[in-house]
Amino acid sequence: MTDDVDQIDRKRRHFLTVATLVTGGAGMAAAAVPFLSSLKPSARAQALGAPVEVAVGSLEPGEMVRVMWRGRLVFVLRRDEEMLSRLSSVTEFLDDPDSQNPEQQPEFAVNEYRSINPEFLVIEGSCTHLGCAPLAEFQVGPADDWHGGFFCPCHGSRFDLSGRVYKSVPAPTNMRVPPYRFIREDVIIIGVETGAA
Amino acid sequence: MDKPMRLISGLAAMLLSVGVFAATEIELELANNDPDDIESLQRGARNFMNYCAGCHSAKYVRYNTLGRDLNLSEDQLIENLMFNAEKTFETIETNMPMDDAARWFGQPPPDLSLMARARGTDYVYSFLKGFYLDPDSPTGVDNRVLVGTSMPHVLWELQGFQTAEFEIDENGTVQFVQFDQAMAGSMSSEEFDEFARDTVNFMEYMAEPIRSKRRALGIWVLAFLMFFWIISSMLKKQIWKDVT
Amino acid sequence: MARIESEVGIRTNTFMKWVDDRFPFTETLKYHITEYYASKNFNWWYIFGVLSMVVLVIQLLTGIFLTMNYKPAAADAFASVEYIMRDVEWGWLIRYMHSTGASFFFIVVYLHMFRAMLYGSYKKPRELIWLIGMLIFFVLMAEGFAGYLLPWGQMSYWGAQVIISLFGAIPFVGEALVEWIRGDYAISDVTLNRFFAFHVILLPLILVALVFLHIVALHHVGSNNPDGIEIKENKGPDGVPLDGIAFHPYHTTKDLVGIVVFLMIFSGVVFFAPDMGGYFLEHANFEPANTMATPEHIAPVWYYTPYYAILRAVPDKFWGFVLFGMSVVLPVFLPWLDRSRVKSIRYRGWIHKMALSVFVISFLMLGWLGLQPAEGLYVTLARIFSVLYFAFFLLMPYYTTIDKTKPVPERVVFHG
Repeated sequence: MTDDVDQIDRKRRHFLTVATLVTGGAGMAAAAVPFLSSLKPSARAQALGAPVEVAVGSLEPGEMVRVMWRGRLVFVLRRDEEMLSRLSSVTEFLDDPDSQNPEQQPEFAVNEYRSINPEFLVIEGSCTHLGCAPLAEFQVGPADDWHGGFFCPCHGSRFDLSGRVYKSVPAPTNMRVPPYRFIREDVIIIGVETGAA
Repeated sequence: MDKPMRLISGLAAMLLSVGVFAATEIELELANNDPDDIESLQRGARNFMNYCAGCHSAKYVRYNTLGRDLNLSEDQLIENLMFNAEKTFETIETNMPMDDAARWFGQPPPDLSLMARARGTDYVYSFLKGFYLDPDSPTGVDNRVLVGTSMPHVLWELQGFQTAEFEIDENGTVQFVQFDQAMAGSMSSEEFDEFARDTVNFMEYMAEPIRSKRRALGIWVLAFLMFFWIISSMLKKQIWKDVT
Repeated sequence: MARIESEVGIRTNTFMKWVDDRFPFTETLKYHITEYYASKNFNWWYIFGVLSMVVLVIQLLTGIFLTMNYKPAAADAFASVEYIMRDVEWGWLIRYMHSTGASFFFIVVYLHMFRAMLYGSYKKPRELIWLIGMLIFFVLMAEGFAGYLLPWGQMSYWGAQVIISLFGAIPFVGEALVEWIRGDYAISDVTLNRFFAFHVILLPLILVALVFLHIVALHHVGSNNPDGIEIKENKGPDGVPLDGIAFHPYHTTKDLVGIVVFLMIFSGVVFFAPDMGGYFLEHANFEPANTMATPEHIAPVWYYTPYYAILRAVPDKFWGFVLFGMSVVLPVFLPWLDRSRVKSIRYRGWIHKMALSVFVISFLMLGWLGLQPAEGLYVTLARIFSVLYFAFFLLMPYYTTIDKTKPVPERVVFHG
């Protein structure tokens, strides 16, 4: 065998080795997709996590209900005039009073009320520190610096009546507002912003 | 007979035996349905929801899945098919309380999600067409395929009623000969065949909703492997040049 | 550029040295892969060993993912399988791969075993490889049986009912043993739960351990070849067998081609015929287990039917069980039943070739008969072929001694 032929063979061999490895690797990667995808929420999980309707017309001012959406706790609070008036008075103590963190609410809730209709607060009942369910303590006091809002019993995080986080508490961000919308004046649906119910 | 002879005659008989044993089973009519015919599946879905789903569930089938697979819009789904459900993600359940059903029929109507796969489409097709008048039966009818069935002839308005002719063959067993139309239904016999075929088609879809998708994907997988085969064969040949 | 490369090379070498001082990595790689020499004249019969490994990996992988959604409880099992088939994204593919893999496991293992019979691979010095292999086969049978109960369909339930009841044929302890296996007075939730434990952890662990031992034993002795010649008896000056070629890159590239072809056939079934006409997934198993009604026609899955046919051919419960057990266990003794001086069929006489053909025909016929109803002519045929099956093994010490063998060449036959 001459050196020339040897050289051609070596090139060809190298090319074929790489081609086989690439093809085999691509095949393995493609085969991995079904396995990894199977871990996503199944059709049943999606069905169970479907949007939830809440009739809010029957809520008294100042009353709050807890509903479950996708296995997560959601608070629906009907704030009265006095509660709404307190929102602007605590701004200086808050970490993110203008809801600048886009992760924590849909576009429509970037306002002082963090809601569509100022009267109704719809918010996930999960502390943004480590996921405990905050307590609803709407009355002012007894401590001097408690202006009413949500208080997390696990590590003492505080939120105001719009779920905005106070400064110097363990929770880093405001409580999360889920996607929701009004399908009628007195019925909201949690889990969708637009489209058919 | 000596041993080798017995062996030879045994082997000869074996070749014939397939036919011999088949004769003892009920002959089924061929459904000849086409699971790739979407329009037939849509008609079948309508038939199923109108005539079957009142009593039979298909509890593993979700409306939204079948809507997607059968090219139905959400509105079409809700208006034409969802009589027992409110949300498209629900499965096909029946409103009939199962305890009552068990009392009325002796046993609850079986779930039909997998029936076409468990018994075969020809069986279901022959069953749907197999009801005949039988005055001794509590429902007034019996079925050629499932003798003694507690299911009434739900489709009588479409098919009408038929009587069955039987004869006793040389072995002394009762053999079915043919059906005779006793009372006309709203459909001609061809129309009813079509109706049953569409329904069976839909039931085959329900038994394995993924069928068409897996076949489509299979082509790509085989194409990829074919390519891989060529590459790997070339590599093998090249490497094996060393071996003398 | 060259300097950088050499620096990387030096660093890799230093790292490998660090590892090799603590763990025999390079040594193992050499021993089992790059400097494991196997005969260059392997034909395609030799692909089924590596294919068994491929199927094992497929089964382990798909099995793990099935476990994530399957529920081993009588009330939920059937529905959870349908949940996998419909609601879990890609669940259908994982399940079909697993169900198809079960049948293919037996196909490749049967062919692998037949290869050993063709070329006398069980003979000295490979008896232990054969014994470990037979253990693998037994565990595989148990694994398949336990797995078949899990979908909790009609065939799962009644098939298990029949097979577990077999043990009732054992005198004195039979009934107690059957109850002990079931953990209940009938097949129930309890049985399902423990079969799940057997299927997903106990038996796979044993299986993997045995496969490991099988390969350790094989690489210690060296692979046989279609000529049945010990290639280690003809070594070159470098100590490498003259007829041997390194496992990598030669056998690996060849095996890869075989694996790809296998995957084509496998995918053909998975994507176009997962039921395989009711042989891989039995129709009646699409009905949930009904303890009140046995399906009209009950037969085990195809890979057990040869033995099942022998069981039914015997008109006595106890002796049926004994012969059934013997038919499964007899191949274990092949290394000692076979008295021939040569290994490969290539150098054996017509008697052995005849005997082996009769065995293959009997095995296939019994497999077919096991699927037929046990009546009339079928029973007669099953008896004939059962006798032939046993005759192959029991008469072997005699006919392999009198069979005329041909001279075995010094070196393997290879047409480069």
